Amino acid sequence: MEKRSLVSINDLSREKILQLLQMAEKFEENPNRDILAGKVIGSLFFEPSTRTRLSFETAAMRLGARVIGFSDAATSSASKGETLKDTIMMVSNYADLIVMRHRLEGAARYASEISPVPVINAGDGANQHPSQTMLDLYSILKTQGTLENLHIHLVGDLKYGRTVHSLLHAMRHFKPTFHFIAPQELQMPEEYRLFCRENNIPFTETTEFNEEVIASADIIYMTRVQRERFSDLMEYEKVKNCYRLTNAMLAESKENLRILHPLPRVTEIAYDVDDNPKAYYFRQAQNGLYVREALICDVLGINI
Amino acid sequence: MKDNKTAMQVTALCNGTVIDHIPADKLFAVVSLLNIPEMKSNVTIGYNLNSKKLGKKGLIKVADKFFTDDEVNRISLVAPNVVLNIIHDYKVVEKREVRMPDNLCNIVKCSNPNCITNNEPMPTLFHLVNRSEGTLKCHYCEKEKNVKDIELL
Repeated sequence: MEKRSLVSINDLSREKILQLLQMAEKFEENPNRDILAGKVIGSLFFEPSTRTRLSFETAAMRLGARVIGFSDAATSSASKGETLKDTIMMVSNYADLIVMRHRLEGAARYASEISPVPVINAGDGANQHPSQTMLDLYSILKTQGTLENLHIHLVGDLKYGRTVHSLLHAMRHFKPTFHFIAPQELQMPEEYRLFCRENNIPFTETTEFNEEVIASADIIYMTRVQRERFSDLMEYEKVKNCYRLTNAMLAESKENLRILHPLPRVTEIAYDVDDNPKAYYFRQAQNGLYVREALICDVLGINI
Repeated sequence: MKDNKTAMQVTALCNGTVIDHIPADKLFAVVSLLNIPEMKSNVTIGYNLNSKKLGKKGLIKVADKFFTDDEVNRISLVAPNVVLNIIHDYKVVEKREVRMPDNLCNIVKCSNPNCITNNEPMPTLFHLVNRSEGTLKCHYCEKEKNVKDIELL
């Protein structure tokens, strides 16, 4: 069998993305399928990430697979100084597939090159987290009925936010218009603006976040503005409440608007938004299960 | 006068390769990239020679050695404008320019401290993503940088 890993969203073509989303749709109809009975999945979380780990492990179990692994590098041999290579080689003796999260960037790419079994990247430092991007795409597709020609407003930390960068890359196939809404210190890096220009993706930029700015939005993608990102804490205090979405701001928004957030949320979405039917972030997290079931099957060469 | 002497040195080689027009400050990086310290053949290294084009230049003559493309293209990272003169029987039979390779395996260090290549015993790999701009991308952490800012391994 050809070995297929999933390391970076940038490796996926438009057709592949659409095929995976279709498969996820089938898992949403019926998430419990015994197609991986007898398979063992290695869940290697060198860095803790409860949300992602539970989602992957649930996906594996709902497919009938069993799961081995660790949830923290402290409980693995990495804490004794074992190299990543040795850990991967050892686990690949036991498991049919490795799902891994690592604090170092490129760790999953390297693992996929040395491992005899497929590897799914569940996050490598600030680099890639393709299952998150896929569930974002799935959520957009589910709520809008299409991925094409949408106005997507990215709000908050656009400088360090891995999820917004990956989403931007993945959406290049679908003729989006982006709106970057961020404080001066956390603007979208030049690299990604250049990427938009090269791919003829129109975008606007503003530091203002208000009703008018979001009036044209089909999707608002909120991210957390983190205190530790600021060199000047005075600046943080000034902006921290400016990028907060409240229910009142949604009064004039489009009917089809949905609000996404990779979670965890802190203060950037007021609790009064939760009951608005346009709030989609909890469903978005749930979609992660179906998407991860599809990704697991795909790397194992199983199509449903 | 000085230029004449350099030219004489070049023609004085019977068979081998003369690497010319190396910016003087890059000479020793080029020496290292070509693995000259490991060589057994007769090597002459000229440093701070006068040059009309460069002011001061470096020059390397290696007897009885003809480099492969892979070997010489590594030089392009530090000295993109060098010229190789291939010498047979005291005559320059070919002049070659260097071209930056599409893939650089274990030559450049990744500047990202959180890149796996800086934390695991493994070779680095970079891809040239934009030749005219000189943009390299780490195969592992996917960070881009300009060839001007690289650090060699």
